[in-house]
Amino acid sequence: MPSLGSDMESGKLVEWRVKPGDRVRRGDIVAVVETQKGAIDVEIFDSGVVESLVIEPGTEVPVGTVLATVRSEGEAAAEPATPKPAPRPPQATPTAPPPPAAAPVRPEPAVARPAPPAVGGEATPVRASPAARQRAAALGIDLATLTGSGPGGAITLADVEAAPAQPPARAPRASPSVRQRALELGIDLAGVTGSGAKGAITVADLERAAAGAQSAAPIPAPAPKAPFEPDAMRRAIAAAMTRAKREIPHYYLATTVDFEPALRFIESVNAARDPDRRLLYAVLLLKATALALREVPELNGFWRDERFQPSTAVHIGVAVALRRRGLIAPALHDVADKDLDTLMAELKDLVQRARAGGLRSSELTDPTITLSSLGDNGVESVHPIITPPQVAVVGAGSVVRRPWVVGEGLAVRRVITLTLAGDHRVSDGHRGALFLAALGRLLQQPEAL
Amino acid sequence: MTETELRERLLAILGAIAPEARETELDPVAPLRDQIDIDSMDFLNFVTAVHKQLGVPIPELDYPRLSSLNGAVHYLTPKLAG
Repeated sequence: MPSLGSDMESGKLVEWRVKPGDRVRRGDIVAVVETQKGAIDVEIFDSGVVESLVIEPGTEVPVGTVLATVRSEGEAAAEPATPKPAPRPPQATPTAPPPPAAAPVRPEPAVARPAPPAVGGEATPVRASPAARQRAAALGIDLATLTGSGPGGAITLADVEAAPAQPPARAPRASPSVRQRALELGIDLAGVTGSGAKGAITVADLERAAAGAQSAAPIPAPAPKAPFEPDAMRRAIAAAMTRAKREIPHYYLATTVDFEPALRFIESVNAARDPDRRLLYAVLLLKATALALREVPELNGFWRDERFQPSTAVHIGVAVALRRRGLIAPALHDVADKDLDTLMAELKDLVQRARAGGLRSSELTDPTITLSSLGDNGVESVHPIITPPQVAVVGAGSVVRRPWVVGEGLAVRRVITLTLAGDHRVSDGHRGALFLAALGRLLQQPEAL
Repeated sequence: MTETELRERLLAILGAIAPEARETELDPVAPLRDQIDIDSMDFLNFVTAVHKQLGVPIPELDYPRLSSLNGAVHYLTPKLAG
């Protein structure tokens, strides 16, 4: 079981995408694993032939557990897979790199539990958004029976709620705050009678339902446990950020730069394009960040084994908000080497997969630095926290119109506040400032990016 | 396309992007951003889908006119008629 983040302790194998005898190449997707951050496509880190699948789908195992054995090219065939539980099968190659030093290597037997009975015949890969999975579990709907209308055929929340012949097919009427409260209380809205306008469920209805559930003791079973609980991701974020604040001596820098040239460049490019080929200014921030890192490379890499391991490649973790479910920052690979159109296409794909499911394991483990952009909510600056084992994070506030000195006069310009949090074990404020200055300078000449 | 059909089409597009658009009763006058959690990528996907499905060109300069449901309906209606 690969570690897909410093905060991950275990994962549930959802399905295998390979079978014994299959030839696999480094980077192939071999399995799907469900984590606190949703379902992740696991890539293999080595090439060879699959010898045996050790863990059955449906099993939750700690990070570091051997999931399968793969015979590398040129390696002699191992004994025919012996079914006896061996702590480390001979010639075992875990399907993922060993966990980072911080993750405990557990001496768990490779074959941990009896396989659960297969559910509903052969498992078909089901792509669904986290919200859809949660809702389907609450309603007792098998996702495999649904047809997805989302991107790439993904099942969306609406598909789940439109599922025929399920008792509460229609979504109960309730405001977002009521839904949030229901999530907190663990109440299924479908079972609550609304007393508000048009039968809408109010907070008071929820409180009553919660009180009722407590007093009327053995009533049916509580709603089945969702594939991942609503607050699982919050706990994952809490674990990573607590570790960051405990272990990383952060320093923070900020600068506000004229963003008018960058935005005018994007606007002039987009004016000649249909919407599907337009750029967002985020790609300029990504590219400029990657290029500025060449000047200050000690912000790019990992802190591991009590020392800094610089990275030559720049894989930028892009913070993506997951509607009501927290945040994830998967990697956009090799940003420095790609043009803006390529970066835009990849960014679109990455954001979509972050939200609908289908991120790859390398995207979770590869970021060498993170970019967190607030978007356009009007808030001017963000002072982000470094995600271990990275050593820096760049923040971008909302673009705002401000009086700005141009030459000897004042003008109204669109400006953006860029921030940097750096790891003082690796760099210092002076070097960090050089990076932010380079970033601001590169953004003044967007056509060169 | 009637105004009702246009409205329903826009809501369907929004719902595919931000599922909560189907769950909440959207105020047609208020900015979408204040009611559902959409970012610049979502808005670009919305404009892209509207352009593809309705065949209406939407220059970036006109984005502010699509900030509410009514705004979008008023912006698109004459273009669809012509």
